[in-house]
Amino acid sequence: MNFDFSDDLKQLRDEARRFLTERCPTATPRRILEGEAPYDRALWREMAAMGWTGAAIPEEYGGAGLGRLAVCVLAEELGRAVAPVPYASSVYLATEALLAYGGAAQQAAWLPRLAAGETIGCFAVAEHPGAFVARRLDAQATDGRLHGTKHAVADGDIADFAIIAARGGAWLHLVDLTGPGVRRETIATIDPTRSHARLTFDAAPAEPLPGADSADAIRHILDRAAVMMAFEQVGNAQAALDMACVYARERYAFGRPIGSFQAIKHKLAEVYVALELARSNAYYGAWALNSEAAELPIAAAVARIAACDAGWLATKENIQTHGGMGFTWAFDCHLFYRRAKLLGLALGSSREWKHRLIAELRTRNISALAA
Amino acid sequence: MDFEDTPDEAAFRAEARAFLEANAERRKPGDVEGYRRGQDTPGAIEAAQAFQAKKHAAGFAGIAWPTEWGGRGGTPIQQVIYSQEEAKYKVLSSVFGIGLAMAIPTICTWGTPEHRARFAPPALRGEEIWCQLFSEPSGGSDLAQLRTRAERDGDGWIVNGQKIWTSGAQYCRFGILVARTDPNVPKHAGLTFFVLDMQTPGVEIRPIRQMSGSSHFNEVFFTNVRIPDTMRVGAVGKGWRVALTTLMNERYGMREAPGPDFAEVFELARTIELEDGPALDNAAVQERLAEWYMRTQGLRFTKYRTMTALSRGQTPGPESSITKLVAANKLQEIAAYGLDLLGMDGVAMGKDQPIEGLFEEALLYSPALRIAGGTDEILRNIIAERVLGLPQDPRVDKDIPYRDVPTGARG
Repeated sequence: MNFDFSDDLKQLRDEARRFLTERCPTATPRRILEGEAPYDRALWREMAAMGWTGAAIPEEYGGAGLGRLAVCVLAEELGRAVAPVPYASSVYLATEALLAYGGAAQQAAWLPRLAAGETIGCFAVAEHPGAFVARRLDAQATDGRLHGTKHAVADGDIADFAIIAARGGAWLHLVDLTGPGVRRETIATIDPTRSHARLTFDAAPAEPLPGADSADAIRHILDRAAVMMAFEQVGNAQAALDMACVYARERYAFGRPIGSFQAIKHKLAEVYVALELARSNAYYGAWALNSEAAELPIAAAVARIAACDAGWLATKENIQTHGGMGFTWAFDCHLFYRRAKLLGLALGSSREWKHRLIAELRTRNISALAA
Repeated sequence: MDFEDTPDEAAFRAEARAFLEANAERRKPGDVEGYRRGQDTPGAIEAAQAFQAKKHAAGFAGIAWPTEWGGRGGTPIQQVIYSQEEAKYKVLSSVFGIGLAMAIPTICTWGTPEHRARFAPPALRGEEIWCQLFSEPSGGSDLAQLRTRAERDGDGWIVNGQKIWTSGAQYCRFGILVARTDPNVPKHAGLTFFVLDMQTPGVEIRPIRQMSGSSHFNEVFFTNVRIPDTMRVGAVGKGWRVALTTLMNERYGMREAPGPDFAEVFELARTIELEDGPALDNAAVQERLAEWYMRTQGLRFTKYRTMTALSRGQTPGPESSITKLVAANKLQEIAAYGLDLLGMDGVAMGKDQPIEGLFEEALLYSPALRIAGGTDEILRNIIAERVLGLPQDPRVDKDIPYRDVPTGARG
């Protein structure tokens, strides 16, 4: 049994944690929260210099070639640090879409710049409130020109290019966001530490990703991203639990530390349970992602559902454990809470993934999976 | 990252499979084990003992025990691998669990070489089955509050009192007993640990009829029961320390809850018709099923993380402490929801109900699993205090003599 990260990856995790503890204390996302900038550009450059932006990109394209397990490890640390950077958009989504479905010329043009962190990519799916269903997409590419609107696109205002889910030849299209026919409007969100925009395309030049010849391509990229994001959610939840435990040990009420009351103990024990279920299921997702297993849609859904549960529970109960102070702007509790819900909605809510999970399980032999 | 055995582990697994294939009957797909269902069959205990003897002869009893204890001198991962393989066969090993996973390791750790030589070999061979005489009507979660008295009498002790929740007392040869030898010191300091020969005069066993109707547990009464001092394990007054070894082993060996699980409720949802068509097409049903699948897989992969640490020769992390808490609650929820899907027909019991009526049975036995081996509440305390480092509750009874501790019950 070898169901854990290698010593090399654990070392990468330790290095990442040391770097982010030093370089990205909560004062860093706070500066972005206060509106200083849409993301921490300097932090992003340092991450790129360490090879993080190109971790999963092969060396022939200038990447570090560390593989997707390395991205999982880094994602957990970025989640713990509530890092205000476009890592999910550029690495879990845009990079994966190009690696999976990009043509040779597209890969040669964009992957080296993504690896170097000079270029930021994003991924645009949602058009309307409600569940994402590929056959309801309105965005349409015709003769290399894209028309349509995408709502709440993470990093849509700072990215250099976007991979757009749209009909027309292929199901994924690459659009240079600095080019003509693109309007970007930054929108307010529940978590201002991560910038979002509405993108409107009016005959914007668009190139199809030739490999994305069915709507399954969109789901497949969401599956891959869900695994990596599950690690980010686990990191975020762990940080919130750690914060609650520290406070519960130090804060006194009725003559004793509040952590000695079972009302607090049992609440935080339940958070621990949810978090360990999420961590174990994230590992399952990492295994499926890394080994390109046919189980990926199931493993990704399970990882996603567990991570959404743990993130929500850990961050809301962290506020509750802090009492009134947890509701202030000054305490950091809300940073984790906002981020947990943001991550829980990006890629679609847990509810959507539950239906997808059951749909996948129906096509398979359950007893074989459970063995 | 993968689920593969190392070459040594694969060789051991092959050896275990070969032994099991030659000596036991494989479970069929869809065979679900109820709670201690097998023990009720006449001859089941004798059959289990015969299998245990073969298992010992083949070197699969006490796999991770040192050779001085009569074990194989193998590794914890080998024990896990063997158990994984054995679970695929119709084998009733659970009756030896208290002896081999709890009592004998405690006795070998704290007892004399004579204790080890007398008790370990027959337990390994399945000849002598052990029970645990810890819990009392007035000492469950608060075990150290127990009242059973052992008083010095020459070269022995005279025991009076009562134990409860003793599994298998009817067919057990020995029991491990914690009794109060000094009521004038704080409760943890006045306990002593003994081995009790269950055939001693004055030991009376009365089955408890559980809410499920079955009787897997007993009350055991002691009236002037004499225990020779040679059967004392550890020093007088150090029984709590010795008992903790047993309790740690109990939690470590805790298995998942037997009974209907995700696969069974999923199959049920496939076949049941609701108002608007098959249950499996219903969005509310799908969401419940997805949550149970997530928890089932979460426990499965948590176990693999623990196995990985063992395989690498490391100490596993605390993650396995969630297992019983999650499994017991999931079982109770699945049992109740399975019946909800059956609708009005869910009240009926019997073999002709879906999966031989196990949803109905599990409804009635699942409360036990949230209590036995540490209640949900005690397990949450353990996670909070030992894993999360939260402070203990203030204990009003900690530093006062046992005889002065307030109790709600009559003296």
